[in-house]
Amino acid sequence: MPETTKPDTKKPKPGDIPRQEMPRQPPEVRRTNFDEVALGLTMELAQREAARCLQCKKPSCISGCPVEVRIPEFIHALSEGNMPEAVRLLKDKNNLPAICGRVCPQETQCEAECVLGKKFEPVAIGRLERFVADWELAQGVKVPEPAPPTGKRVAVVGAGPAGLTCAADLARCGHQVTIFESLHAPGGVLMYGIPEFRLPKRIVQAEVDYVKSLGVDIRLDSVVGKLYTLDELLGEQGYDAVFLGTGAGLPLFMRIPGENFNGVYSANEFLTRVNLMKAYRFPEYDTPVKVGRRVAVIGGGNVAMDSARSALRLGWQRALAEGSEPPEVTIVYRRSRAELPARLEEVENAEEEGVEFRLLTNPVEIYGDEQGWVRGMRCIRMELGEPDESGRRRPVPVAGSDFDMEVDVVIVAIGTSPNPLVFTEAGGLERTRWGTVVADEQTGRTTREGVWAGGDIVTGAATVISAMGAGKRAAADIHRYLSSAF
Amino acid sequence: MYPILVKEDLAPVTKLMIIETPEVARKAKAGQFVIVRDCEEGERIPLTIADFDGQAGTVTIIFQEVGKSTMHLGRLRAGDSLCTFTGPLGRPSEIEEYGTVLCVGGGVGIAPIFPIARALREAGNRVISVIGARNKDLLFWEEKMRSVSDELIVCTDDGSYGRKALVTVPMKEVLEQRNDVSRIWAIGPAIMMKFCSLTAKPFDVPIIVSLNSIMVDGTGMCGACRVEVGGRTRFVCVDGPEFDGREVDWDQLLARQRIYLPEEKLAREKFEQECCKGH
Ligand SMILES: Cc1cc2nc3c(=O)[nH]c(=O)nc-3n(C[C@H](O)[C@H](O)[C@H](O)COP(=O)(O)OP(=O)(O)OC[C@H]3O[C@@H](n4cnc5c(N)ncnc54)[C@H](O)[C@@H]3O)c2cc1C
Ligand SMILES: Cc1cc2nc3c(=O)[nH]c(=O)nc-3n(C[C@H](O)[C@H](O)[C@H](O)COP(=O)(O)OP(=O)(O)OC[C@H]3O[C@@H](n4cnc5c(N)ncnc54)[C@H](O)[C@@H]3O)c2cc1C
Ligand code: SF4
Ligand code: SF4
Ligand code: FES
Repeated sequence: MPETTKPDTKKPKPGDIPRQEMPRQPPEVRRTNFDEVALGLTMELAQREAARCLQCKKPSCISGCPVEVRIPEFIHALSEGNMPEAVRLLKDKNNLPAICGRVCPQETQCEAECVLGKKFEPVAIGRLERFVADWELAQGVKVPEPAPPTGKRVAVVGAGPAGLTCAADLARCGHQVTIFESLHAPGGVLMYGIPEFRLPKRIVQAEVDYVKSLGVDIRLDSVVGKLYTLDELLGEQGYDAVFLGTGAGLPLFMRIPGENFNGVYSANEFLTRVNLMKAYRFPEYDTPVKVGRRVAVIGGGNVAMDSARSALRLGWQRALAEGSEPPEVTIVYRRSRAELPARLEEVENAEEEGVEFRLLTNPVEIYGDEQGWVRGMRCIRMELGEPDESGRRRPVPVAGSDFDMEVDVVIVAIGTSPNPLVFTEAGGLERTRWGTVVADEQTGRTTREGVWAGGDIVTGAATVISAMGAGKRAAADIHRYLSSAF
Repeated sequence: MYPILVKEDLAPVTKLMIIETPEVARKAKAGQFVIVRDCEEGERIPLTIADFDGQAGTVTIIFQEVGKSTMHLGRLRAGDSLCTFTGPLGRPSEIEEYGTVLCVGGGVGIAPIFPIARALREAGNRVISVIGARNKDLLFWEEKMRSVSDELIVCTDDGSYGRKALVTVPMKEVLEQRNDVSRIWAIGPAIMMKFCSLTAKPFDVPIIVSLNSIMVDGTGMCGACRVEVGGRTRFVCVDGPEFDGREVDWDQLLARQRIYLPEEKLAREKFEQECCKGH
């Protein structure tokens, strides 16, 4: 056990101790590598932060967490130095704490509801969660005793956070679970989308290994809708229930002229090449990616930030290797800074690293050269008009404000929708006009008997923790169904 | 892991592999493709299904060594395994009884045209086939093609075997001589498919081509494979790979195939250097 220090003063008043910052790689260094930006707290910093928690009788923080993590309890165990207990309490509600502690939008969830935040800074719940989870990973995760086999078989489609969570919970109930994953690696967006510098792939792999250790069979290279259809899984393949967690992986484009020029990427393609296929280590790895000198990233969400920061790193690596000019990477977003949907922390990280922001700007056309390569982008300035249905002020173009930007790579990060492949031979599943599946929010039940769904396939692009929560609720309902239906 | 049961050199740079993959073999249909990867560092390589046997649980692929990834793949032997074999991807060919059909295969495109010709023949069509290659050494599967064709024309660019002609020449003659050809399939390098489409145009016959755009996932997730067909952007991996060649924006496809030329060259040079060092 690492040495622990108990806070020596009796009970510090709230606000006496400042919120503990997590050490990070300095911007000039981290923009040249793909290593994790945030380095994690030490035991000392973690306990100092844990001591800030007021241990509220009615903890409001919990209501901000989609899976209702037992926040004050795990923090208390941490401040007492009882790490195994902290792990137990944390994992009672959250299967993937090492991941959520890193990528949850805490500032709008648990931490937004922390009472300390009213007068001071909220408790750094996410950082503490990450600290406890990393401690467990370093010790080696203990595999719980599974329940005796029930003889029931469940197929889970998609190995993203929704599918992995659902599979783990069902396996722990004694059901025989098979995950079908279309890519050659499990993890979903955690593996192909979110970059190494924000979520190291060894962490994702550790969570996947844990799920496997519960007896879950993960069948890679298995595209449902092609290799098997939903009808076949429930029919000749004899599964008693199916959970659909295939996410929202279909890239949207802007439908403006010039989007098919060489050098124009969907964020999905760009990030998949860089993360899953490891193009940042080309030619050691075989998959290439275009390294731009002037890169424009369209959009303002996490996906746009991840794309911009990846492009920046590729550009810096090349500049250092070749002694050439450093890259210019610009986020082009049609609303203002206040509306940026990305996590604040990631916007700040991007800015520190040197990503430029052109807000209230929208592309209208992409230009290319004779050989089909992107060379420039015409944009128009926007201003915020009346609020739209979402309550946000609608951006409207300012007439005559167009201007040109010189670019050699454009990354389109304006959103995704569910991939329809899985719906081949899958009758009886009601879907919305956005292509998402209709499922009960509490149970995940779809309109087809024996089929559940959760995560981005139901909500459209959302968050890791909401996908996980949906996987958990569906697992509980599937377990009820399997225990009673036969 | 997907074991390689048979490996054959059809030509110095053209390799055939029979892979043990019962699940894919069970579902495979003419016109579909697979994505393979031969090692952890490897690219995802799309290859058309050249043959399949549901009973034996095998799928045959034929590929030309054109760059680092296919050269690396070509060094594997029977007994080795592939680490990724995903499929069957894409839509199958639309096989119906059309009457008389023309199947044109160029170079490595002879491989994918074979199961299509066979399926068309089994559906009751009269199948006229044209196969061609740059020279005699690059030609393969002549007998297999003959066995599923009512008529077979063989040609080479340099005249080293069969007729000395590009495939478009006999193709045009057939279309001129008989007016009952109701559908054409043409598969080969993009440039060949482009010229076949141009040749077919005046005869007002649908010509189905199988596009080989650059891909990553092959499931509609990345958009790398996009190309304009009939003025609309389509994803080759899920909307295709077969389209009517008369509607394809060939110049865009050809340009998009060149995206990684400098990177491919670098990878290939590095690979050849390391090979020479005896790795
Ligand atoms: C770049 C990026 C950054 C993000 N950053 C954050 C962040 O910081 N914080 C946060 O909370 N959220 C973030 N998100 C969102 C979050 O990652 C997703 O909401 C979450 O991953 C959804 O989980 P899921 O399990 O529903 O789907 P996914 O993670 O999309 O997983 C779906 C899986 O199903 C597989 N699949 C699809 N179709 C089939 C099929 N037919 N057969 C078999 N398998 C199939 C896919 O290959 C994939 O592995 C980010 C997303 C992206 C793209
Ligand atoms: C649906 C589909 C089916 C295919 N079927 C076959 C087949 O049956 N047999 C076969 O030999 N080849 C086939 N190809 C092409 C094959 O995938 C490429 O030749 C291969 O990926 C090249 O990889 P490389 O690293 O060896 O060469 P690289 O060094 O990457 O490229 C060498 C040359 O091949 C071109 N190229 C690169 N990647 C691709 C690609 N994905 N598709 C097309 N051209 C590419 C490049 O423009 C370049 O001119 C198919 C492609 C697709 C999309
Ligand atoms: S899972 Fe996310 S929202 Fe819940 S407590 Fe942890 S960091 Fe906060
Ligand atoms: S609201 Fe804040 S202070 Fe209160 S228990 Fe939760 S984390 Fe601790
Ligand atoms: S290969 Fe990715 S969408 Fe077609």
